Order: sequence, then C-alpha cells, then structure tokens
Amino acid sequence: MSMLLVQALNGLQFGVLLFLVAAGLSLVFGVMDLINLAHGVQYMLGAYVAATLGVWTGSFWLGALLAMPVALLVGLALEWLVFRHLYRRDHLSQVLATFGVILTVEEATRALWGSAPQTVLEPSGLTGGPMGGVEIVAGLIYPTYRLVIIGVGIVVPLLLWFLVERTRAGMLVRAGATHPAMVSALGVDIRRLFTVVFAFGAMLAGFAGALASPIFPVAPGMGDTVLILCFVVIVIGGVGSIRGAFIAALLVGLLDSVGRAMLPDLLRLVLDPSSARQTGAALASMLVYIVMAAILFFRPAGLFPGGRAA
Amino acid sequence: MTAPFRKHALALATLLALAAAPFLGFGDGFALSLLARAMILGMAAVSLSLLVGGAGLVSLGHAATMGIGAYTVVAFDAAGVSEGLIVFPAAIAAAAAYALVTGAVSLRTSGVHFIMITLAFGQMAFFTTSSFSSLGGDDGYTLYARTEWLGTRILDNRLTFHFLCLGLLALVWVGGNLLLGSRFGRVLRAARENPQRALAVGFQPYPYRLVAYVMAGAVGGLAGALLANATEFVSPALLSWTRSGELLFMVILGGVGQIGGAILGALAIVLLEESLSHLMVYWRLVFGPLLVLSVLFLPDGLVGAPLRLRAAIRFASPKRRNADA
Repeated sequence: MSMLLVQALNGLQFGVLLFLVAAGLSLVFGVMDLINLAHGVQYMLGAYVAATLGVWTGSFWLGALLAMPVALLVGLALEWLVFRHLYRRDHLSQVLATFGVILTVEEATRALWGSAPQTVLEPSGLTGGPMGGVEIVAGLIYPTYRLVIIGVGIVVPLLLWFLVERTRAGMLVRAGATHPAMVSALGVDIRRLFTVVFAFGAMLAGFAGALASPIFPVAPGMGDTVLILCFVVIVIGGVGSIRGAFIAALLVGLLDSVGRAMLPDLLRLVLDPSSARQTGAALASMLVYIVMAAILFFRPAGLFPGGRAA
Repeated sequence: MTAPFRKHALALATLLALAAAPFLGFGDGFALSLLARAMILGMAAVSLSLLVGGAGLVSLGHAATMGIGAYTVVAFDAAGVSEGLIVFPAAIAAAAAYALVTGAVSLRTSGVHFIMITLAFGQMAFFTTSSFSSLGGDDGYTLYARTEWLGTRILDNRLTFHFLCLGLLALVWVGGNLLLGSRFGRVLRAARENPQRALAVGFQPYPYRLVAYVMAGAVGGLAGALLANATEFVSPALLSWTRSGELLFMVILGGVGQIGGAILGALAIVLLEESLSHLMVYWRLVFGPLLVLSVLFLPDGLVGAPLRLRAAIRFASPKRRNADA
C-alpha cells in the first residue's frame, strides 16, 4: 500500500513537470497555430544550464533560478531566427523546420557538454538534509525535494490560470487564440503578443528542466521523451486547453509511474515471473499510448476541447 | 517532350542513374551498400509521400512500419526461418496490420492531432521493440544470414540486391503514380483539397484514407524487410522518431507535389549525411541548419527548384523587364 502511495506521488511529480512543458506547447499552438517540436529543447537547455550554473555558483537553487532567463533568451532568439518565419506556413513545414532546430541544438549540446550525463548539485537547505525526506505517513519517508516539485506544480498552474483568465494580457492571449484577425484590427500588435507568449512558454519549459535536473539524468535527448509525452498530454487534454493539459498531465504521469511499478507484479498473478517481468515492462511503456488511443476513440478532440478548433 | 514525361523526367533520370551507377565506378561494396540504403529509404519515403502529398496526411510515425517489417525478419531469423516466401509477405502483412490498427484510431483526427498521434504510436512501437529482450532489446539483433529465396541465397550477391531494390523502388513509384491517377487517388486528393466538398459529392474520406494508410504501411514493411537484409542488423533506433522526421524531410526536400521527388530526396539526404559525417564529428551542426534553410527557402523541394530558379532569372533579366514596360 505504501508502495502504491510512493508511486502515486512520483507520478504526480512527473505529471507536474509534464504540465509545465505542455502548457507552453499548448499556449504556443493555441495562439500561434504553430506546432513546435523544438519545445523539448528548451526543457533540455533548462536542465543543462541549471546544472552548469549550479556547479559554478555552488548552489542548485541559484542555478535553477538563473536557468529561467537563459531559457527565455534562447527562446526569443529561436523565435526571431526561425519560428517567426513559420507562422504562416503549413504544419508540415513547421514540423520539419522545428525538427531541424532539434537536431542542431542537441548536436550543439553534445559538442559543448559531451554525451555523458551531467553532474547536478543536490538542492540544499531542505528538511532532513540535501536529499533527505520527511515522514508523510507513519513509517514512510519521502524525499522533500520531490514534494517541493509537487508544491510548485500546484502553485504555477494557479498562477497561470490567474494570468490567462484574470489579466489584460491573458485576455489578449485568449482573444488572439480564437480571433487573431480581429485582435489585430483592434490595434494590438499581434506579432509582439506572439513573441511574448512564445518566450513565456520557453521559460516555463526551461524551468521544468531545471526542476527535473536533480532527479532525471541530464543528457542529450532528454527533451525528446518529454516532448512526445507532452504531445500525448495535449492530445488527451484537448489542444489549446490549459485545464485539459493539467488534468491530462497528471493522468499521464500517474499512469506511467504506477503502471511501470505495478504491471509486472499484477501480471505475475497470471504468468510465470520472468515472462511477467518482460510483458509487464513492455505493457507499461505502451500503457500511456493505449489509454490515449482509447480516449481518442471516444472523444477525437480530447477531454476538454477548447481554443482553436483545428 | 510531352507533359507527363516532363513531370516524371527527374525521377526517371534518378532511377536510370541508379541503374547505371554500379558500372560507372560505384560498384564497390561500400558504394553499393550506401546506394541500397538510399533506395530502400527512398521506397519508404515514396510511400510516405503518397500519404503526405496525395492524401494530405502528415504522418510523423512512418519509421514504425519500416521497423516492424525489419523486426519481422529478425523474429523469423531468431525462430530459424529465413525463407523469403514466408518472411517477406509476413513483414508486409505485419506492417500493414499495424497501420490498420493505428490508422483506424489516428484517422479519426486531422491536422496537428494527426501529427501528434502518429508520433505517439511510433514511439509506442519503439518502446515495444526495445523491450523484446529475446531480440536484443536496446542493443539490437544481428541477423544470422540474409533471407533466402526457395533455399538459394541470391540476396548475398551485392549486384543482385542492388537491382532487386531498384526494381522494387521503380515498382513502388509506378504503382504510386497509377494509384494517384486512378479514381481512388482522385477521391484522396479531393478529400485533401476540400473535405466538405468531397463529402457533399458523396465520398466518405475515412475509408479511402485508411486504405491509403494501410498501403503506405505495407510498403514501409517491405522497405523494412529489405533494410534488415541490407544492414544485417536491426535495432530499435530504426523506429526512433528522428528516423520518421528524416523520412518526412526526404519527402519535402524532393517536393511534396510529386511522389518521385521522394526518391531524389532520399538519395540526396543519404549522400549528404554520409559525406558530412566523414568530414566532421558533429555533422548535425551543419545538417540541422540545412534542413531549416531548405524548409524556409525551398517550399517546392528539389523538384521545384529548377522552376523557381528559371522564374527568378526571367524576373531579373533586363529583356523581360523591357517587355513588361
């Protein structure tokens, strides 16, 4: 039972990270109709910059904090160099050009940092030592840092909701998503709005990467896995819907973690141990996609269809 | 020159050049294996081009069909079966079955959803093959021997293999063009251009698209079975999503308008990758920006490049400007 609780918390924390990346992806798609494969690159860069600056400054937290403006600047640069020229192009061109950006940035990462995983400082100043834990229920100790991530994952979506639903900038973003021509006609510089949304999304992804750096290996290609799961999140949640992305991200995170831990054990009830382990592992890695297929079969537009209907 | 001939001239010239290549100094083992890889990937790219250009379905998971074809060969090899009359149809059928199941779900969506879902299914296939520990898991599987045909090992001869790949590539190209020109193909194109109108005329696009998707999957399976034979080694990397992206790049570099362009695109990319990776370690630092630039500046691909160039020259030439004035 406590095992299930730990896996559920791990799943929640993974889901939260997925949301931070997926939110930016979904915003960018919702407002600009741009499918940006290179969004995972921002996540990867966030982790790398946080790791390197953390070692330089001697504090993980300082590194993570500094990673955000760096991710923001890289996002702005890429928008100016490449993405700006893709807004009016079809999805095929967008997919390919952003794919080219991934190849380039990942290769540059490999050239700069090497292919080996990076060392990351342990986040200091938490209860029970750097990587220590707190007792959440009797006899069960859970790492404090992972709880911090879950906490951040509750605060950021709330902030995001407030920003999008209750501020003037958020109103423009929502209007830009559904009626870009009208917003432009009313005197809003839609280009600048696009740039701001894009940079904001890049920063969120970089932040997620920085948060993830102490618990996942920081290596080239780390962005791809997250990117593809984020696509699953967006497809399940409904394109352009922040609320849908949040619920779907938690769902995907939980399914993935709990499935990986539980399926081999569950299958042992009907299969012999070695084949149960193999089929369990195979099924667990497919589980997310099977659920996605099932949801799409009944609701082709996702759970919370919203924003641009395309 | 008649119009249809001119339309296919570039693809035809590429195929002829491939046929002549072994006798023009490209007959050594290295060159032949490189060309074989280009032709096989070209076959997969042509089938993808049928989906992208013909039906307007941008699949970002086409490498999965190729991988399933290759893994079928490997699975039979592990079971001690290497007869081509069994292995090849099985590889094609397995890939087609995968395309049928995933297509039935994916085709219920369109646009960006379709791109994301095909990518997700491709990733699912990737993780599934990595978990086959009896077939090497992540490390891949080295084939014991190439596939036999009626007990004879004709595929071991490099020249025979070269012309087998070339023949099948030509067949896929001709078949694809015939398909696009047929009534079936016209419905596909109509549904791409204007789904509402196609529906109003009385055609449900879904079954047509599904059939096209399954056919493209079957060709992908064939290409995969050939690729397993060409490299005699199969690993999950064959199904990675970057491979799918590369196939799409071949299609768009060649030019989306004509499926023959994919052959040229595949050849160009395989040769470019090979020469760049010989020149430098971090060759993707050049390859990536080239990809971005070609998307931004060559919207019609290589096939359309001469036309664009001609138009640009005509526009810039003083004679033309005088005529306009």
